[in-house]
Amino acid sequence: MVFIFLVTGLLIAVAIGLSLYRVVAGPGVFNRTAAVNVIGTKTIILLVVLGYYCERPYFFDIALLYAMINFIGTLVFAKYLERGNLWS
Amino acid sequence: MVIIHGIVVAFLGAGLFFTFVGSIGLLRFPDFYTRLHATGKCDTLGGGLIILGLLLYHLFQYPGTPLVPAKLLFLVLFVFIANPTATHALMKAAYKTGVKPWCLGERRQ
Amino acid sequence: MMEGRKFGIVLTFCIMALFWVLLSGMFDAFHLISGLICCSIVTFLSHDLLVKGRSQKQFLKSIRLALYIPWEFWQIVLANIDVAYRVLHPRMPIDPLIIEFETSLRGEFSLVTLANSITLTPGTITILVEPERGKFWVHAIAKEPGDALLVDQTMQKKVADVFMEWER
Repeated sequence: MVFIFLVTGLLIAVAIGLSLYRVVAGPGVFNRTAAVNVIGTKTIILLVVLGYYCERPYFFDIALLYAMINFIGTLVFAKYLERGNLWS
Repeated sequence: MVIIHGIVVAFLGAGLFFTFVGSIGLLRFPDFYTRLHATGKCDTLGGGLIILGLLLYHLFQYPGTPLVPAKLLFLVLFVFIANPTATHALMKAAYKTGVKPWCLGERRQ
Repeated sequence: MMEGRKFGIVLTFCIMALFWVLLSGMFDAFHLISGLICCSIVTFLSHDLLVKGRSQKQFLKSIRLALYIPWEFWQIVLANIDVAYRVLHPRMPIDPLIIEFETSLRGEFSLVTLANSITLTPGTITILVEPERGKFWVHAIAKEPGDALLVDQTMQKKVADVFMEWER
């Protein structure tokens, strides 16, 4: 069963590598921002799976925190790209 | 015990399938708006299924700590609310800045 | 059941206390009392963010929202199977278009719930929301999901039933 967690983690890492192509080659800034958001979501899943593989329960708190940071980062970027500045 | 392991492997398999579909959609679709369709829906559900499978595994392997499954459940709910909101914010920014949507028969962008 | 503002204070305090106990996991006196003090400070500063104004029948709306969620979860699974079919098909049958329509919802929370539901259902993502007339701009990936939203209007009826904001 622990071996299956290792295989799952490796496959998620392959999926992150696939999304990295869109970060490099997306024409324009919007494609790159969307791909970075996708990589952040997959990192959260990878953290939870590795928490079970290495038997360290503190990784789940880090995953929760990174979910919030990723969300706020994407929202701030979208607001800046829409208005040109962050304050009114 | 084997039944529980089988159900957990089924959840992990389905979650991995949807995660890969999300990444392949990000590469294959011809336009920014359609790529957001692929990632905004498939990434959320794939991640949710994987974490739900691990939650089931935790309930049967370590029955002494009931707070960790509650923490993982909150993580799943947060991702289900946060990912569509971030997708909508990005799409609104692109629409107002003037990124043109793709119609059938044009070139890839 | 209760007045709008008091319900907001009690609900915010209960949610904060629940999260404190959930995330720390320790039940001795020192941690619980410091948790209560921190929850009081946070509730005092931001009690009007979750429940706005003096809306009526909050408790009934929360119950109806809890009943709406399983239907939405089934729509999420259908949506992902639909997207998986469109991605993995060798010819990739997509035909994007942009739709706009008006609804009868005016409250902030109900507009957000409908926008999230449209994003999570097969083939549509919300682009813009105009709160004065309840107008939505939606990007649909093909003609059938767009028609299901524009012509049938099942989702708008269900959200209007949850928040009790029908045609005026």
